[in-house]
Amino acid sequence: MSSMKISNVTKNSLEKMFSENKRFDGRKLLDLNNLEIEYNVSKKAEGSARVRLGKTEVIVGVKLGTGEPYPDSPDKGNLMVSADLLPMASPRFESGPPKFNAIELPRVIDRMIRESGMLDLGKLCIKKGERVWTLFIDIYPINDDGSLIDAAGIACIAALKNARLPGLTKDNFPDYDKKTDERLPLSKETYPLSFTFFKLGDKLILHPTREEEESCDSRITWGISKWNKQYMINSCQKGLEVTFNKKEIIGMMDLLPKKYDEIIKLIGEKLNE
Amino acid sequence: MVKRISGRKADELREMTAKVGVIPNADGSAIFSFGETIAIAAVYGPRQLHPQHMQDPSSGILRVNYDLLSFSVSDRKRPGPSRRSREISKVTEMALKPVVDISEFPNTVVDVQIYIIQADAGTRTAGINAASMALAHAGIPMKGLISSFAIGKIDKDLIVDVDKYEEDYKEGEGATDFPIAKISGTENYTLLQLDGKMQPELVKKSLDMADKACEEIYEIQKSALKEIINGDGEK
Amino acid sequence: MKNEINEAHEAANEKVSGSNLEERKIVIPGEVITSGDDFLPGEWTFREDDNIIANRYGLAEQVGRVIKIIPLSGAFTPRRNNVVLGRVTDITHNGWLIDIDYANKGFLPVAESPRYINKHEMDQYLAIGDLVSGKIWSISGRGIDLSFKGKGLGKLEEGFAFRITPSRVPRIIGREGSMINLIKEKTGCNISVGQNGWIWVKGENIDSEIRARKSIEFIADKVYIGGLTEKMEEWFEKN
Repeated sequence: MSSMKISNVTKNSLEKMFSENKRFDGRKLLDLNNLEIEYNVSKKAEGSARVRLGKTEVIVGVKLGTGEPYPDSPDKGNLMVSADLLPMASPRFESGPPKFNAIELPRVIDRMIRESGMLDLGKLCIKKGERVWTLFIDIYPINDDGSLIDAAGIACIAALKNARLPGLTKDNFPDYDKKTDERLPLSKETYPLSFTFFKLGDKLILHPTREEEESCDSRITWGISKWNKQYMINSCQKGLEVTFNKKEIIGMMDLLPKKYDEIIKLIGEKLNE
Repeated sequence: MVKRISGRKADELREMTAKVGVIPNADGSAIFSFGETIAIAAVYGPRQLHPQHMQDPSSGILRVNYDLLSFSVSDRKRPGPSRRSREISKVTEMALKPVVDISEFPNTVVDVQIYIIQADAGTRTAGINAASMALAHAGIPMKGLISSFAIGKIDKDLIVDVDKYEEDYKEGEGATDFPIAKISGTENYTLLQLDGKMQPELVKKSLDMADKACEEIYEIQKSALKEIINGDGEK
Repeated sequence: MKNEINEAHEAANEKVSGSNLEERKIVIPGEVITSGDDFLPGEWTFREDDNIIANRYGLAEQVGRVIKIIPLSGAFTPRRNNVVLGRVTDITHNGWLIDIDYANKGFLPVAESPRYINKHEMDQYLAIGDLVSGKIWSISGRGIDLSFKGKGLGKLEEGFAFRITPSRVPRIIGREGSMINLIKEKTGCNISVGQNGWIWVKGENIDSEIRARKSIEFIADKVYIGGLTEKMEEWFEKN
């Protein structure tokens, strides 16, 4: 990929295409991209997954350690989500201290996971007030061709589903040589997915390629799950400077459940294996 | 004869896999594995070098970054460079530099990014193998490929391509790790590091063993580069 | 648009008989391509004793007595007289800075504009983000100077630009422009190909533009050793 920014004519062309509900790869504006999930891509992790969304590829690993609980939640495990936007994945990513995107991405996913209730942190307590499990979710893009948040979100859920607790030593430290079959305390009924709408002119698209994403002026990410047969919005983050209007948000609320079901139909079985 | 837990012969490398074109965004990329150790490498450039004062008006610069993914090891590695990864980045850079000819690209940089997805000993050597393939795949002018692996010594015996179990061997003279990189088809070494106890005579013998091992690695690298181009090619 | 590799294709017909390089083959750096005094080392190769050795990954080809390598991958290397597409990134007092997708920026002097331009109104001719097609007329340590003198060069209005791997550009152009002419004819689009891998397309409607881009990406992605035109014609029958 090149580091050249999108030119004015290309942006105008995309705007014209979007107004005809067309895209370069043949999709319609709100069509999802091809999605593939692979498990156990890194065996030293307690759980790991690789997700390919179009040409975007993300690897996520879950590591389990033990530590002291936070004083305000003495009987709950800790969850830490972080991302490192490797310069390997895009000419846009630079080494050095994390830029805003590398901070925002894991925070948006952290909120979505936490608020959906898919993970019962209360069951990750080893000894109240003294020792709890600490769950590290680490996100690494391998190739960024757009829609990084949505690809990373799915990879995080998949890696959580894939994870097995390690054994414990007498002093309640993890014993990584002692593998168990015990899974994380995850709800069987629900898991969240994220959908980021990108906006160019007055048109909205899903799962943009890098080129489409760079032509867009605004974006909004929704975390949605299904809880007791009801759809729940768990998180939201509006990015960039351009506004969204009321009609657009209402349209998203009508569309999100359909898109959620569409992905579940595609990968639900794979996620529940 | 030395008994290895894995059942390998003394001069037997772990199973290797190699593929190029694994990162579409990069100018060149490759993945290389020795058994359970998996390294992925991307090359970008020649491209603009910032900051400007680092630029060399007589030649391009090769810049290597090696690191472990946090979950590639049992105890989670904190993200970001460590003293270890900085050292390995630099020795890897020097292991690759002798074959890389970027004098035609003044003031630019060729960036090599190496990440270890899964670590089971031999990460720096797997990284060098992947990086050498990625540089070739990126069309960087080179005199040859670099093939790399580690000689080990457990107690008194020399073995090829140490795995994690062997690296931790404690009995007798203990474990010695001797990573080597070599320019394909030559007797010129570009990486030599040693950690342990080894008699001078065994160092000589190690170099003989390296000839055969590097030849095998080279064949894997070569066929990966010839087989497929950008992951979508046809012969 | 003519380029060195096209010329190589043409010259390839005059092969030395009885050589061991009848067909092009993929070679890797350091590999011995051929031996003997009959051959001379060409682009991206060097001689060591009796052998001609590859200095770069690509397709080895024999042109007369010369053995050379056609690169298959890698970043763009600018050469004098290359046509490149670029994006205006800044306006200075005497010209425009152009991102040509290379380590160094291109510079287009104000004198290259086809009409007189007031220094305060330079952005009325070329604004930041505009797309241009220019020719490289000089390469120095710090910069690359561009010119608009030539057919089809200048500001590109409407349409869009996309990128392919620069080393695949010769495939898109084809022998004496045969491939690009085929694509233009089948899609009815105006197409401008930069040696830096950037390609501009403008057609009657969006569908023909999309078709043109898809056909170019199809031929750029595949690493067929020969028969590209047939493959392209087949593609147009199906798409």
